[in-house]
Amino acid sequence: MTESAIPVGRASRRLLIPRVAMGLGLLLAAVLAGVVIGETPLPPGQVANVLAHKLFGASLLVDPIDAGIIWNYRLPRTLVAAGCGTALALSGLVLQTLVRNALADPYLLGVSAGASTGAVAVTIMGLGAGAIGISAGAFMGAAMAFGLVATLARAAGGGSAQLVLAGIAGSQLFNALTSFFIAKSANAEQARGIMFWLLGNLSGVRWPDVTLALPAACMGLVACLWHARSMDAFSFGAASAASLGVSVRRVTLVLLGAVTLMTAIMVSLVGAIGFVGLVVPHAMRFIAGTRHRALIPATALAGAVFMIAADITSRMMIPGQVVPIGVVTALVGAPGFALIMIRNRGRR
Amino acid sequence: MKLRAENLSLTAQGRAILDGVSLDIPTGVSFGLIGPNGSGKSTLLRLLAGLEPRAQGHVMLDDTRLRDLPRREIARRIALVEQQADTGDALSAREVVELGRTPWLAALQPFGPEDHHIVDQTLAAVGMTELAARHWSTLSGGERQRLQIARALAQRPQVLLLDEPTNHLDIHHQLALLRLVSRLQVTVVMALHDLNQALECDLLGVMSGGRLIACGPPATVLTPERLRQIFRIRSTSLRDPSDDAQILRFHCLEDER
Ligand SMILES: Nc1ncnc2c1ncn2[C@@H]1O[C@H](COP(=O)(O)OP(=O)(O)O)[C@@H](O)[C@H]1O
Ligand SMILES: [Mg+2]
Repeated sequence: MTESAIPVGRASRRLLIPRVAMGLGLLLAAVLAGVVIGETPLPPGQVANVLAHKLFGASLLVDPIDAGIIWNYRLPRTLVAAGCGTALALSGLVLQTLVRNALADPYLLGVSAGASTGAVAVTIMGLGAGAIGISAGAFMGAAMAFGLVATLARAAGGGSAQLVLAGIAGSQLFNALTSFFIAKSANAEQARGIMFWLLGNLSGVRWPDVTLALPAACMGLVACLWHARSMDAFSFGAASAASLGVSVRRVTLVLLGAVTLMTAIMVSLVGAIGFVGLVVPHAMRFIAGTRHRALIPATALAGAVFMIAADITSRMMIPGQVVPIGVVTALVGAPGFALIMIRNRGRR
Repeated sequence: MKLRAENLSLTAQGRAILDGVSLDIPTGVSFGLIGPNGSGKSTLLRLLAGLEPRAQGHVMLDDTRLRDLPRREIARRIALVEQQADTGDALSAREVVELGRTPWLAALQPFGPEDHHIVDQTLAAVGMTELAARHWSTLSGGERQRLQIARALAQRPQVLLLDEPTNHLDIHHQLALLRLVSRLQVTVVMALHDLNQALECDLLGVMSGGRLIACGPPATVLTPERLRQIFRIRSTSLRDPSDDAQILRFHCLEDER
């Protein structure tokens, strides 16, 4: 990492175009892999034909069943996975930067649990139908969890450890609330569905979900990039950021709002998925450094690719069965995070 | 840039940490703040930087109230080096100094040649050019302190607020820093512990228990009687034979009973 120091500003602009091209190429390759790989293997040529047919109206001969699998199932699922990975990874990055805590992540801080509670409450009580209603419930739950955890952490003294402990307390509380709602109001059938969704599940994803997930992820990416320099200024804490001219209140409000919204939408679509927000930004710091101008795009891209890979793994791990994607991200993420913590001894 | 404080007060947990401090610091003057531990020097500097929203009273920059200026405008005029600054981020020394350009750059504006030039220049000014590529975590306390000062200089401020800037520095770098600061064409307010260094300031303010109890040229402020009261020491004034400059020597009162 030493060589990145002096010429970084000058070199990074010269390398900008090849890097962006490489990133987009990687993303495209991941999406194609997500569509090609599955229980019914589809040759890439066939996939290309179907996509050309659907996207550009090319009059090619396509098998309607294959076309259905590709267009109605695998492509929306892969795109939602990508959006979700980006949103969760960026959420983790923003939280780590703003609260100056390496362990900050929507899952660990109880935000995801709050979103689950809100989503489940809306689903069971049948308040407002559809993805938007559930997302709105999830947003309320996420915001409540956020507020509760932040208040608790501050009341306990405001240190790093206090925040993580408050996050644990918040997660437990909201998970218990979720279980309570399910036990109280759901029938057995509903309960099974909800439990499966809670662990993170992309099986039910269709096109309308894409139109929620991708704009949310893009909105989060734009909000982060816009505040990249302000996020850099948080290196030495919020007071130092303020003395460097950052409107700490406004930036915090905008970025935490974006995190809450992204987390809520992703949880309402695919359930609470852990470790993405924790592992991806830390891994990217090794590659892209700690300056947000490079770290944000790297994290967004890696989050998308990681989640698509996790989705492919969840479909292929046990033949004939789909493992919840949250299980896959945890199986990869937990050891990955342990590794990062050990390598990071002494610094962040 | 002229800096004026009117009746600054701050209460925390029912205790007055700062109690009615008023100051008037003319443009280009170096103002030293002295006082025992806990007398409120750091707090006063934070208030002068506009970093304490709960504070009462006003800080005036020339004829503008600090409170009426947006954060970014304040950061273009005032730079603060706090007593301790630390980060867990794996930042290079150069990246630390680059933070100083934050108030001058729009959200999406990349670093320009001018910004790079200022960063090079300030790194050189504190003698950190050689170490520019080193990581923060590998630097010594003095090197970190010099980087923070370079960062503050990179803000191109008109008012520089320094909280014990010579802390952690070896004697060479202490003298180099004070020389650097004295040559800047900006208003400097700095908290100092070394009273002989304080003698070099244009004006001195003495803090005690959150109040500014004396203010004026060093010779009138640092009287033996006041040093006895505030710091509980006896002082003798000596002359350096080489240039006839005044030097203070201190003795513990407890030793003299
Ligand atoms: N946020 C705070 N809450 C309560 N007390 C504080 C706070 N900040 C500083 N103090 C107290 O205010 C007094 C002045 O502190 P400070 O300005 O750091 O003194 P100095 O820099 O002169 O050593 C100290 O007694 C300190 O304990
Ligand atoms: Mg102090």
